[in-house]
Amino acid sequence: MNRSALFTLATAAAALAALPFVAGDYYINLASQILIAAVFALSLNLLVGYGGLTSLGHAAYMGVSAYLSGWLYLKLGLGHLIAAPLALAGTTLMAALFGLIALRASGISFLMITLALGQVLWGLAFRWVSVTNGDNGLSGLTRPMPFGIDLDGATAFYFFTLVISVASTACIAALAHSAFGAVLRGARDQPRRMLALGHNVWLVRYLTFVSAGFWAAVSGLLYVYYHKFIHPQALGLTNSAEVLLMVIAGGSGTLVGPVVGAAIVVLLKNYVSAFVERWTMLLGFVFLAIVLFMPDGLVPGLKRLWLRFYGRRA
Amino acid sequence: MSLALEIRGLSKSFGGLPATSDVSLAVQAGERRLIIGPNGAGKTTLFNLITGDLRADAGSIRLFGEEAVRLRTDQRVHLGLARTFQVITLFPRDSLAHNVVLSLLGLSTSRWNALRPLAARRDLYERAHAVLDTVGLAAAAERPLAQVSYGEKRRVEIAMALAQRPKLLLLDEPLAGLSKEERLTLQTLLAAIPRDITVVMIEHDMDTALSFAERITLLHYGKVIVEGSRAEVVAHPRTREVYLGA
Repeated sequence: MNRSALFTLATAAAALAALPFVAGDYYINLASQILIAAVFALSLNLLVGYGGLTSLGHAAYMGVSAYLSGWLYLKLGLGHLIAAPLALAGTTLMAALFGLIALRASGISFLMITLALGQVLWGLAFRWVSVTNGDNGLSGLTRPMPFGIDLDGATAFYFFTLVISVASTACIAALAHSAFGAVLRGARDQPRRMLALGHNVWLVRYLTFVSAGFWAAVSGLLYVYYHKFIHPQALGLTNSAEVLLMVIAGGSGTLVGPVVGAAIVVLLKNYVSAFVERWTMLLGFVFLAIVLFMPDGLVPGLKRLWLRFYGRRA
Repeated sequence: MSLALEIRGLSKSFGGLPATSDVSLAVQAGERRLIIGPNGAGKTTLFNLITGDLRADAGSIRLFGEEAVRLRTDQRVHLGLARTFQVITLFPRDSLAHNVVLSLLGLSTSRWNALRPLAARRDLYERAHAVLDTVGLAAAAERPLAQVSYGEKRRVEIAMALAQRPKLLLLDEPLAGLSKEERLTLQTLLAAIPRDITVVMIEHDMDTALSFAERITLLHYGKVIVEGSRAEVVAHPRTREVYLGA
């Protein structure tokens, strides 16, 4: 890592750590939501950005993890310490099963299969009332208390989310920069060549699919802990499209891009919507502008602009 | 001498159109074999069947004595098969060294490592530099592939294949689109391929190809119509009729 990257990382870490000391609860909660969305977007980025597999059903993994955690807590009376790993394991298992179905195709067919699978689960969440409470969702949930720390306050939950988000980002970054990550990108760009080099392209994609499901499940846990409520909407198409928007707008295939995309969408959704009634239209315009002027996303686009400006001055 | 490649009764049709019809071929280990034929003769289809890019409708493909017709492409590569493509398929945004590293990873169990940074694998990059040195590209190793010439890209393709230390190398028109100087460079490179690597090559540049080949197979409409030594095939009337011209 070079000096400027280290400086940027240190500044970002200091800003994130200092936020609760300078901002009110509203902004702290907003930051928690951005962190949760960032983990969700980073998980999808594994598929879309690094794997070249565009999914429109990724909210399924976030939602199922949240539902499983809530259901195990409410219906079976299990504590968070047991419910959380069970929810993660269950969702990862589901990703392993769905991956077998979805990865029979690629491109637009892959997208349609993921959309269909996501919609099946969304329908189940609505109709399987005895388990999911249908349109009423699961309410009355609580946040965990790791090491006896009460996470009900905005600051405590923010730091909890920050730790999990940083750990998740570190793991995803490690994968992206590893040999496996290089092979995954190779399979995205030249699958036929990668096969001819002895790489099992299908297995590489499958493991990535399962891994993306796991990290979406982690974001699902954070989501349900934050809201203390889960509704079928969480695994609906809108949520899947929103996370895809985060990845594409921020810059797919980069580590910072989906985080920036998550921040844009969450801020527009929560902050701007308080002032602008048709905030979704504004979101549409923002997305349109990014696609038109920076088609590879905001982060790569700004980086290119910076290099052009910096290069001219140097 | 053992056989590196043995094909029996291999057939492949696309819809109702036969691209490969009952092809049988035996290539000895260490041999230099040239596959020739007019456009549409089924040469690349034959390569794609050997590598597993295409599934055969019928027939058998034995690689180093092992039946491979049901194996996936990557499994065949692990048996010792390597190839280059007619149309260059590399990774233009990455450096030459990274392209070769992807090739080295293909046969290494470390390709599954999702934790250790690839940049920290100095051993892999050193090997990649060494392989690029053998094709005269060590100085350009860290340049993005998009910034090198077409002829250099062809050499990278061959470097990637050789990096895997294959037992059987399939070269699909390696000289296509090259200048005279580039052809000479590549010709020298091909001549330097160690004898323990069996080479099967498709090539239209007969001057270069004939000097390289020990045995030649002529394909026409997906069928083997002439096969033999260089002199036998060149002198054969069918070769003149369908390929070389009068």
